[in-house]
Amino acid sequence: MTELSLAKAINAGLQAALAADDRVVLLGEDIGRLGGVFRVTDGLQAEFGEGRVIDTPVAESGIVGTAIGLAHTGFRPVVEIQFDGFVYPAYDQIVTQLARHYNRTAGHLPMPVVIRIPYGGGIGAVEHHSESPEGQFVLTPGLKVVTPATAEDGYWMIQQAIEAEDPVIFLEPKRLYWQTGSVDLDATPTSLWSSVVRREGTDATLIAYGPTVSTCLEAAEVAESDGVDLAVIDLRSLSPLDLEPVYASVRQTGRAVVVHEAARTLGLGAEIASRVMQECFYSLEAPVQRVAGYDVPYPPSRVEDDYLPGLDRILDTVEAILNDEWQTESTGDGQWGQQGQTG
Amino acid sequence: MGVSPSGRDRLVQLLTSDGVRREHPDFNYDGDLPSVAELYRQMVLVRRVDTEGFALQRHGELGLWPPSLGQEAVLVGGAAALGPTDFVYPTYREMLLGWLLGVSISDLLSVWRGSSHGGWDSHRHRFGPMSIVIGSHPLHATGHALGLAMRGQSDSAVIAYFGDGASSQGDVMEAIELAVLQQVPVVFFCQNNQFAISHPVARQSAVPIVQRADGFGLPGIQIDGNDVLACHAVTQAALKQAREGGGPTLIEAITYRMGPHTTSDDPTRYRDAAEVESWRARDPIDRVRAYLATEGWEPAFFDDVDREAEALGESVRAACLAIPEPDLAAWFDNVYAEQTGELRSQQAEYVAWRQQYGGVA
Repeated sequence: MTELSLAKAINAGLQAALAADDRVVLLGEDIGRLGGVFRVTDGLQAEFGEGRVIDTPVAESGIVGTAIGLAHTGFRPVVEIQFDGFVYPAYDQIVTQLARHYNRTAGHLPMPVVIRIPYGGGIGAVEHHSESPEGQFVLTPGLKVVTPATAEDGYWMIQQAIEAEDPVIFLEPKRLYWQTGSVDLDATPTSLWSSVVRREGTDATLIAYGPTVSTCLEAAEVAESDGVDLAVIDLRSLSPLDLEPVYASVRQTGRAVVVHEAARTLGLGAEIASRVMQECFYSLEAPVQRVAGYDVPYPPSRVEDDYLPGLDRILDTVEAILNDEWQTESTGDGQWGQQGQTG
Repeated sequence: MGVSPSGRDRLVQLLTSDGVRREHPDFNYDGDLPSVAELYRQMVLVRRVDTEGFALQRHGELGLWPPSLGQEAVLVGGAAALGPTDFVYPTYREMLLGWLLGVSISDLLSVWRGSSHGGWDSHRHRFGPMSIVIGSHPLHATGHALGLAMRGQSDSAVIAYFGDGASSQGDVMEAIELAVLQQVPVVFFCQNNQFAISHPVARQSAVPIVQRADGFGLPGIQIDGNDVLACHAVTQAALKQAREGGGPTLIEAITYRMGPHTTSDDPTRYRDAAEVESWRARDPIDRVRAYLATEGWEPAFFDDVDREAEALGESVRAACLAIPEPDLAAWFDNVYAEQTGELRSQQAEYVAWRQQYGGVA
């Protein structure tokens, strides 16, 4: 067992992948001499050379498009997008090209490409540095999307993503970069595409991924002191989704709360709520709840704590469904809403 | 004969529209007369396939067809200029260059028949997927060339074709910049056919497209895109220079789209018949025929080629009608190299639903 921060664990995973397979190459802005703005690639260019850890111009679309061409010649490129909000210049290359070359060529051009993206808020950043774009990639056929929430997962999941034969969006919860955890370098890792139960519980099931996993675990500890027993499930893979552990837990608890930083409307919570309703209809004691970001652009950092799903919002929501007091909403949009406002 | 910036000083033309050979200080067509006759033959055949594709759309057998009428010199000259392991990144306008490289006519037609999105073996035919989103693929060419350079594979180069319309796309700029900075073996070939659907090139670029090479720091060569000898010579020289470590070249071929953008387009709404007629006099096939005739080439050859083209046209039609119907159930298998349980489940759901109504299991 080694104690590592999430950033160091991903760094160690990248180092292992580069050492194991000379088809693995890293591309990104400032990833070489600087080691990346979060230092996730620290030391890798010195060890593997400029030919395998490539500093690129500031051209996200160009980086991803180049990675696609490299994959055509048998390489396994790992791209770093510097911040979540900077992925959009590459969005077309990702959703129109990367996600579809396997399909377009009937399997003749596989795309074993990993796009690493630091994502999520909570670090007091300026605009474009705190986004949660996972939904946009989850709804794109041809992509797979994963996100580690622990150092151990950071170390193993990045290696598994690089070994995968399909394009993987690898989302790194940036506010957990400095959080340390023990990493078993000799472990047999869990499948990349599986969710894991981080905590068993009988009263309600919290469903989280990436940055909200640790928030939910904290919430569960607080609830425990109030005599409420919460289960916490870490999805790890957002596409494909592995919801069997979720269904098993909800059949026991009858109550589910999905917690994510991304905005609520059409976020993963919507899909998970739909599937839980389909699979656990007769077990549900309350509607599936979502504690998520609001449908607004990510706010200035001085108010981000209220935007992010925190302990209070999670625990208030749990309390409401345990007491059959969940909120319903009337948006006021549409003609009935208009009449309501004027009348 | 290197690709130097001096080539930019004037349009490279090695065969006038009247069929007269011209000298150029930097470029020379080095093939013999039978080779020129073969280029002629291929251009006639490409035109016949294209004409048949157009007709098949009009007869309802294809949903759409993007004609290459008038642009055969680029396709045939380019295909002949490729080294045995060079790789092409095409748009739909270079579709028939793929046919010259061995992609089956069925695989090409099936895209326009609504039966596939492509599906040929890109590695075997050295012909990438057709880019339909304008300008997205030069980046793939740059990445491919970077891969060749990283492997030290100096016997191969990559060529990306794109149109004047695509020259407005940022991805094309990024592709050129990244390629120049890494000095990778790639050729950027712009088929300037004067229109991005209806938008004339003068309203797309304030300077000749070739002039952009200056800003990026690579050689830029403007060529007569209706002159198959120039297309061949310059493409060949640029590919050779790329293979030998000389870095990328930008070629701008001045040509003209004689037909509509696609069969859905109506070019009479945006250009004069007189302009189209003026380009008819610069036809890429007629000038080679005139040249061959002047050189005393056997007249029966032209009749033989015409007969071959007619038979080819019929075989294209037969190939189109023989394209198997696609199966939506199989489509689920083609999304991931490693299939997901979610898709397997949706696939089973679809197959079961279809069976309920007597569909194929």
